[in-house]
Amino acid sequence: MTDFFTIIAVSAGAVLFLAGTLGLLRFPDTLTRLHALTKVDNLGLGLVVLGLMPQLGWLSAAKLLAVWLLVQLSGAIVTQILGRSVSGGEESR
Amino acid sequence: MTAALLFWLAGSGLIGLAVYGLIVNPHPLCKLLALNLLGSGVFLLFGVIARRGAAAGLGGDPVPQALVITGIVVAFSATAIAVGLLLRLHGEAGVASIDEEDDAP
Amino acid sequence: METGFDLALTLLLLGVGGWSILARNMMTAVIIFIAYGLLLSLAWVRIFAIDVSLTEAAIGSGATGMLMVIAAHKVGADARRVVHPSRAIHVLAGIVAALVAVGIAALAFVLPGEPQSLAGPVMERLGDSGLGNPVAGVLFVYRAFDTLLEKVVLLLALIGVWSLARDEDWGGIPGFRLFRHHNSVLTLLARSLPPIGFVFAIYMTWAGADVPGGAFQGGTVLAAMWILVMVAGVRKVPRVSSPLLRLAIVAGPVVFLAIGFFGFVMPGEFLAYPQGYAKPLIVVMEIALTLSIGVILGLLIAGPPKGEDAA
Repeated sequence: MTDFFTIIAVSAGAVLFLAGTLGLLRFPDTLTRLHALTKVDNLGLGLVVLGLMPQLGWLSAAKLLAVWLLVQLSGAIVTQILGRSVSGGEESR
Repeated sequence: MTAALLFWLAGSGLIGLAVYGLIVNPHPLCKLLALNLLGSGVFLLFGVIARRGAAAGLGGDPVPQALVITGIVVAFSATAIAVGLLLRLHGEAGVASIDEEDDAP
Repeated sequence: METGFDLALTLLLLGVGGWSILARNMMTAVIIFIAYGLLLSLAWVRIFAIDVSLTEAAIGSGATGMLMVIAAHKVGADARRVVHPSRAIHVLAGIVAALVAVGIAALAFVLPGEPQSLAGPVMERLGDSGLGNPVAGVLFVYRAFDTLLEKVVLLLALIGVWSLARDEDWGGIPGFRLFRHHNSVLTLLARSLPPIGFVFAIYMTWAGADVPGGAFQGGTVLAAMWILVMVAGVRKVPRVSSPLLRLAIVAGPVVFLAIGFFGFVMPGEFLAYPQGYAKPLIVVMEIALTLSIGVILGLLIAGPPKGEDAA
């Protein structure tokens, strides 16, 4: 049952990674590319982590969760910085 | 041991690519990048040799692995100096180039 | 299944490596090089070299990548002004490169059948040092002299980079503020991430005695956090003439040397540890080294000092 859950979740995460990468390569401008990238960061990585967590002890699972949260933090902020520098927001310089 | 063989081939391919880039790319920064790529290919060969020496319950011989760690650090130090020189050259001459033809009017 | 993964990784490494060589735009080449470093660290995991993988991701990809990004940003526009070699040279270079690659690849099939290994002797004596990580054992016990000199190389590199400063800029502030710009989001990151990063750096150094990790990987995380704080302008950048900064730079090598010389007194040899005290001494050394490595890496990436008015 756990194995089944892992396979489903990790596969879904992998599909999201594939879709996101395609978007990153094919979308026309920086903002839409960022949009594709953030979906991969949030949901794709989240699904992979969620799928792997039941396979591990609580400490390793907590480490994986911490990795996901850190990627959330840095991903959100890097996206903000990139987005602002593209749209020429008032704080970009 | 297929992994070891494959990564050996990857390492030698990377060395070849880096040698090509080192000769063909005219800009010093590109040459520096190629040099780093060359170094990483050589380190990968080291890693495969370490993997071949797997024994005593370890996945690889720790001695070449430790050598590679030292190597990566020294390569970084050399890169830092090279980048420093390059930027100083750029600051002085306005262009970072090692072509002698550039000096001609 | 695993062979399929290794094959895909090999092809990806060659493809991405080749792309970074052939990319027209220098910034593109550098960013692809960073991605290449991360892929390479995956390959290191596959050949059971976790310590090397961490070092490659941190130094080979992260720190080197950052140096290159800064350099590409500053000199990127030069690319159009250089003289490109002729087609004949391209062909010749291709032949030479192919010969080199094929020659080295062929060596895989003529390597001696019975591989030599020092893994056995290392594991036999590892217990004496109290360490659990064989790579840390090799770095700090068997090859302590090399590791000491490696730290000195870092120090020399820093002196080399600093000596490239213009005379009038000496004693100034390292070049951090060149890419400093006020940005509230960056400030948020620089305030929220470092506490986590510092804990992680200490953990990595501490855990390095028994599992993959160590002073170098921890020091790089430390350097990353320091750079983030400086770039966001949350803290003032210290002058290169600041005594505290210089103390942090030499702390690691000095502690290393002091323990090395103490070896003359106790077991009677340079860099030898007294019986039973190897692990505590190595941990003390690693802590000092982490601090020094973090500061030196940060300063190497920042570049030589700039004058007051350079901002």
